[in-house]
Amino acid sequence: MDHPRRDPRESAHDLSDCIVRIATDQDEAAFDTLFRHFAPRLKSYFTRRGGDPAMAEEITQETMVLLWKNAAQFDPSKASPATWIFTIARNLGIDRLRRAKRPSFDPNDPAFIPDAEEPPDRQFERAEAERRVRDVMDTLSANEKSVLMLSFYENQSHGEIAERLGLPVGTVKSRIRLAFGKLRAALDAQTGAAQ
Amino acid sequence: MTVRHHIGDDLLLSYAAGTLDEASSLLVATHLALCPHCRARAVAADDLGGALFEDLPVAELSPGLRDAVLARLRSESVAAPATRPHRPRSDIVIPEPLRSYLGGDLDTLRWTSVAPRVQQIAIDIANCGPRARMLRFQPGTHVPAHGHAGRELTLVLSGSLCDRDAVLARGDVAETDEHTEHQPYAGPDKDCICLAVTDAPLRFKGMFARMLQPWFGI
Repeated sequence: MDHPRRDPRESAHDLSDCIVRIATDQDEAAFDTLFRHFAPRLKSYFTRRGGDPAMAEEITQETMVLLWKNAAQFDPSKASPATWIFTIARNLGIDRLRRAKRPSFDPNDPAFIPDAEEPPDRQFERAEAERRVRDVMDTLSANEKSVLMLSFYENQSHGEIAERLGLPVGTVKSRIRLAFGKLRAALDAQTGAAQ
Repeated sequence: MTVRHHIGDDLLLSYAAGTLDEASSLLVATHLALCPHCRARAVAADDLGGALFEDLPVAELSPGLRDAVLARLRSESVAAPATRPHRPRSDIVIPEPLRSYLGGDLDTLRWTSVAPRVQQIAIDIANCGPRARMLRFQPGTHVPAHGHAGRELTLVLSGSLCDRDAVLARGDVAETDEHTEHQPYAGPDKDCICLAVTDAPLRFKGMFARMLQPWFGI
């Protein structure tokens, strides 16, 4: 996809800082930076998920307001800004565009099985995960990348993707598995995680 | 307890992408509550979503959008972070989000008998698509041999389920499709309680099982 954008490899750290500044100082200038970076992508995302332009802008607004309200929940050691905002947008999109629920686990539930304590260096590495995912993405074939892009950003089930690409569903699923396997292998290798 | 049978990549990625139906998402989320291994995989899937998000083309915004958002911010304050501590309890069998869908833990559930030694509870899923139900098999009960017209997901919550040479215990997931024919049975020690998600009616083999199907309702 050819379009102008700032290199997120350089700006992810600054964008992280902006979210933290909203949490600590309700900083409107920081919000403005985030708005200029993310709002055009959010509109594009909600349009792909089936919203008309007006609806897509309405949900873009809601996402940006949630980003402001929930800024204190953002933990730069756990997620990149893009990943965090993607998850907010995904959940809002399901609610507003599909009128459905996306059940999720509750880490405070007494029946929840917590993680084993992570060593501090692994926690530090987590913040870099998105950059590493991007590096691996650059090594995937166009076919592998397109099934991932379609499944994340065209609101299509694996069956629909198969129909659109004229492939058996099994082939789509195995491409997705292969591409995701490569990404996980690369992440595990770089974090030294035992899987 | 260590979970040994995990959810597959395509299920995990559809859940991360937000394209998975509600019933299947309920099963995935309940598995994630019990499985730190898959939660790490789910985080990688979200990272993938974030990385792809940066690649989306940039849409043109209406000129007034930025000011409209800024105006809305001034009436909203930044919420304080939630600091509810996690207090684990081993006596609660059914984790969230499933417990809320059922309205309570195991000891509060009202089961309906569907076949000898088998009970179920249909779970209310708002949208059309795959259905979710709780199933309870008395120890040693065989599920009639059946094939599938679509995908069936089973998450074991209590007891054990023996299926095609594997023994599934709490937190384990079995995934079958239209090519699978199997005859799972409950382990011998205690009732086997599962969450099952099916996207098409099961096809039972054998006349007796077919006669039961209308009552079985699955």
